[in-house]
Amino acid sequence: MKKAGVVFLMVAFLFLCVAPLCAQAGDATKIAELEKQIGDARSAADNAWILVCSALVLLMTGPGLALFYGGLVRKKNVLATMMQSFAMMAIVTVLWAVIGYSLCFGGGSSFIGGFEHVFLRGVGVEPNTDYSTTLPQQTFMVYQLMFAIITPALITGAFAERMKFSAMALFMILWSIFVYAPMAHMVWGKGGLLNAALGGRFPTLDFAGGTVVHITSGVSALVCAWYLGKRIGYPHEPMPPHSVVLSFIGACLLWVGWFGFNAGSALGSGGLATSAFVATHFAAASAAIGWGAAEWIRNGKPSALGGISGAVAGLVAITPAAGFVKPMPALLIGLIAGVFCYYMVAKVKAKLAYDDSLDAFGVHGAGGTIGALLTGVFAVSSINPLLHDAQGNSIALGLLEGNPRQLLNQLIGVVIAWVLAIVGTLIILKIVDMVIGLRVTAEHEVQGLDLTQHGEEGYSWDASAV
Amino acid sequence: MTKLEAVIQPSKLEAVKDALIEIGVDGMTVLEVRGHGRQKGHTEFYRGHEYTVDLLPKIKLEIVMPDELVDKAVQAIVVTARSGKIGDGKIFLTKIDQAIRIRNDERGAAAL
Repeated sequence: MKKAGVVFLMVAFLFLCVAPLCAQAGDATKIAELEKQIGDARSAADNAWILVCSALVLLMTGPGLALFYGGLVRKKNVLATMMQSFAMMAIVTVLWAVIGYSLCFGGGSSFIGGFEHVFLRGVGVEPNTDYSTTLPQQTFMVYQLMFAIITPALITGAFAERMKFSAMALFMILWSIFVYAPMAHMVWGKGGLLNAALGGRFPTLDFAGGTVVHITSGVSALVCAWYLGKRIGYPHEPMPPHSVVLSFIGACLLWVGWFGFNAGSALGSGGLATSAFVATHFAAASAAIGWGAAEWIRNGKPSALGGISGAVAGLVAITPAAGFVKPMPALLIGLIAGVFCYYMVAKVKAKLAYDDSLDAFGVHGAGGTIGALLTGVFAVSSINPLLHDAQGNSIALGLLEGNPRQLLNQLIGVVIAWVLAIVGTLIILKIVDMVIGLRVTAEHEVQGLDLTQHGEEGYSWDASAV
Repeated sequence: MTKLEAVIQPSKLEAVKDALIEIGVDGMTVLEVRGHGRQKGHTEFYRGHEYTVDLLPKIKLEIVMPDELVDKAVQAIVVTARSGKIGDGKIFLTKIDQAIRIRNDERGAAAL
């Protein structure tokens, strides 16, 4: 009996010891299960948001930029101009799948990515944790593709109404590989020279592509305008936009799509996306007012084209800053950009006498540059604690927060983008000029690119007359 | 018979048309045209660049009418198309030798 009592006591003791452990193990399993469910939910939310953003960014090129630019040219060139944006959707997508994504986001040097993702090898539905822990890599890949599409499409505004379609296509293929890919890798790619998130040598703040997208495209546009020369009759012959209505619709679509461009660059659906969304909207609004007010003072009337051009300039300027600034600095950045870009387009362009047909440089190059620099002034770590010291603590971002060095880094990023865009574009233009020639014949230019390049007319008034 | 050609502001077309029908004008031809007289166009601004538009949209009426209607028609147009501002337009009168209705080969005033 005594032995049975001892056994009973031992069993009881063991039960008392093991029961909490079992309970603990059960709790741990439950917690792990809950954490997995939370993770899955977060991943699903982020994925849904970024897929929507990808579509929004494509909307910027397809109807947005195509209509914006299409309305600004003369009616004999409307289709050819819209076609240049549309062609980017097709050509750059294929190029991106073959090699573009790998050159931008594959592992490589400080200047350009490698070949690990050629033909999208290894790009599946699992996250690439270098860039996002919640998004399938294919989502990240397709989102970045939309940036790669719109960037060269922006350049087409500079040489509208005079470049051969074949030359444009070849130029854009080479430009995407030799200018866009290195710039995107340097700023956003792992190990990139200017990457602020992944330990670049000169951390440059570029939330959604002020440097990568707008400076490179805008400066390349200026080089194209200079290299190709002026349109026949410019500036003596009047070449007003053939439909400000089309441009108006296009610009409004750009504004809407830009929410995908900037807020999507948070790569998630959290508070940072909201902050970028608000900054984007505020900057566009104040820039529209800035440009409109400048026109009102100078010409006595605020024009519709001025308003929408100002909005685009504000959207450009806030792009690098969107995920780093509070709403009031966003308003200020927009206002500055609106007035500055108006001055560049209305005064500086006339003074320097280059024919940037649709002001790709005046809006994107100038707006991107001022935006990148102002990012270094107004960025705050409370919005996005991106930079860290050696101990891993977040540090001040912009000049006003107490980090003057960031302004220097922004300047370095701007200079690199300008140099790469100028040198790369010049070399590519020279090559394409030698291989197939850049400019249409004078006869074709007078006749219009719709007919001579595509065998169509945008407006066939007599087609249904009888 | 007289041919009356009146170049007027587009905004005055409806009023002029109604006034002419009221005095007995049966038919008219209306054309959308562009031009200028002493008005010399206007200035437009696109992104800070100035464009002078010297050919402005106008409406041209062409009416061939019996001579006895001409004074009344001219008066009707002058009254209804006038705003008093520069660019109101002009009226031209020309003698017509013959008019022929294609449907039944009628000639002269009967064909109008």
